[in-house]
Amino acid sequence: MINSKEVLETIHMIQDQHLDIRTITMGISLLDCADPDIEKSCDKVYAKITRLARDLVKTGVDIEKEYGIPIINKRISVTPISVLVAASGGDPVLYAKTLDRAAKTVGVNFIGGYSALVQKGFTAGDRALIESIPRALKETEHVCSSVNIGSTKAGINMDAVAWMGDIIRQCAEETADQNCFGAAKLVVFCNAVDDNPFMAGAFHGVGEGDVVLNVGVSGPGVVRAAVAGAPEDADLTQIAEIIKKTAFKITRMGQLVGTVASERLGVPFGIVDLSLAPTPAIGDSVAHILEEIGLESCGGYGTTAALAMLNDAVKKGGVMASSRVGGLSGAFIPVSEDAGMISAVREGSLGLEKLEAMTAVCSVGLDMIVIPGDTPSEVIAGIIADEAAIGMVNSKTTAVRVIPAIGKREGEELEFGGLFGTGPVMSVNTFSPSKFIKRGGQIPAPLQSLKN
Amino acid sequence: MRAVITVTGKDTVGILARVSTMCAKYQANVIEVSQTVLQDMFAMIMMVDIDQINCELHELVDIMRTEGEKNGLVIQVMHEDLFNSMHRI
Repeated sequence: MINSKEVLETIHMIQDQHLDIRTITMGISLLDCADPDIEKSCDKVYAKITRLARDLVKTGVDIEKEYGIPIINKRISVTPISVLVAASGGDPVLYAKTLDRAAKTVGVNFIGGYSALVQKGFTAGDRALIESIPRALKETEHVCSSVNIGSTKAGINMDAVAWMGDIIRQCAEETADQNCFGAAKLVVFCNAVDDNPFMAGAFHGVGEGDVVLNVGVSGPGVVRAAVAGAPEDADLTQIAEIIKKTAFKITRMGQLVGTVASERLGVPFGIVDLSLAPTPAIGDSVAHILEEIGLESCGGYGTTAALAMLNDAVKKGGVMASSRVGGLSGAFIPVSEDAGMISAVREGSLGLEKLEAMTAVCSVGLDMIVIPGDTPSEVIAGIIADEAAIGMVNSKTTAVRVIPAIGKREGEELEFGGLFGTGPVMSVNTFSPSKFIKRGGQIPAPLQSLKN
Repeated sequence: MRAVITVTGKDTVGILARVSTMCAKYQANVIEVSQTVLQDMFAMIMMVDIDQINCELHELVDIMRTEGEKNGLVIQVMHEDLFNSMHRI
């Protein structure tokens, strides 16, 4: 029998420490929707999504109510649309509009998969899709886009890197009147995963089943509170142990919600993504966990080590708690979405270079970072190349989601609102990598042996 | 199936009676009750069997919440599995 201490602990986590299920994301394969006629193809896409995800939002809301645990987002990920474009030709934006319409019909807030995987080269479909991304993100509300430009097995497609530098700028320019939000809906990956439930980088990999339900948990506030409750003289072994136990409890929520939702929807349960996903709410910050462990401010020396420990402990606790783990699984460090990161940037303690180092030890990459509006595309491409190299060499996923704040400079801020928060414009090293980027070609895949 | 009902608020006469009457009305069988009054704050945790309830669980959640609001109390109904999954392997 559950005792009152346990009941109160759970309720306390939900009410005061922001414990929630961040997302339940239904992955839908659109491979069977491919058609040489783009209009027919779009019709099939719309029909399939609205049929399978019809009850997704309602089921989420019901579970939320019955179990008393908030499920913040209900979302959909689909097969990379470049595959459908390859079969149908035509204007890829038609697909984006179809996805947008389907998202509105079923009531999800984002749909991911306006994507292309080009780590080793481009198909005609990939080229058409990438070129259309700025327009697609401008003309739709709910669609998210991602492009995988590198992997440990294939190396880095530097032509794609150069191109994406330009595409990110265009996305920001096209949506300059909406706080450059287009760029916030686009992620550039190295080693992208097939079963990520988190936006903007979610897509349904071609190796996945027809339909699947993935869950992303959250709970930086709970971990921070647990660390805060540790004895003042607790050593790091004990702190890691506390984080592990807390991550276990958080993940069990995800496992429960995923199991119940997949049963009710009649859809196989995919994975639980063990990520600590912060929100701009006070008390729901990854940076504040690091500070609770003992740093004056996130970004100072010691940050990378503390984050490495946190990330590893979260995974160890989470793996025990769930039968199937996947996705990105790690601590996220999206600057604009994390109250502690925002203040660390404002105070000058956290810069782009330190964030880059942090991405080497955690999931996932340079995320929700606002850069000056006049940052040249080659510099953005240079940022992507560096981040991709970290992912490629360390066999991990890395990503870049930077938002050039058109018309703004360092010291100013970009206000997105809601879960996307506020981004201070960060200083960027603008010494030009232009010649390097313009060379194009492929950075060969790294050696995976002779590691001494 | 069982659910956990938690009630918190300022202590007044008849809270336990009011909540149990609601449980009886919707055929939720009370299995266990623990309650404390700290200074003038009332806190109660109730375990109820919901196999025979005559409405949907999510409806009961709303009914109890509204009843609580009317009387200056916070009443939450949550499925027991939430606690089992978090605290039991």
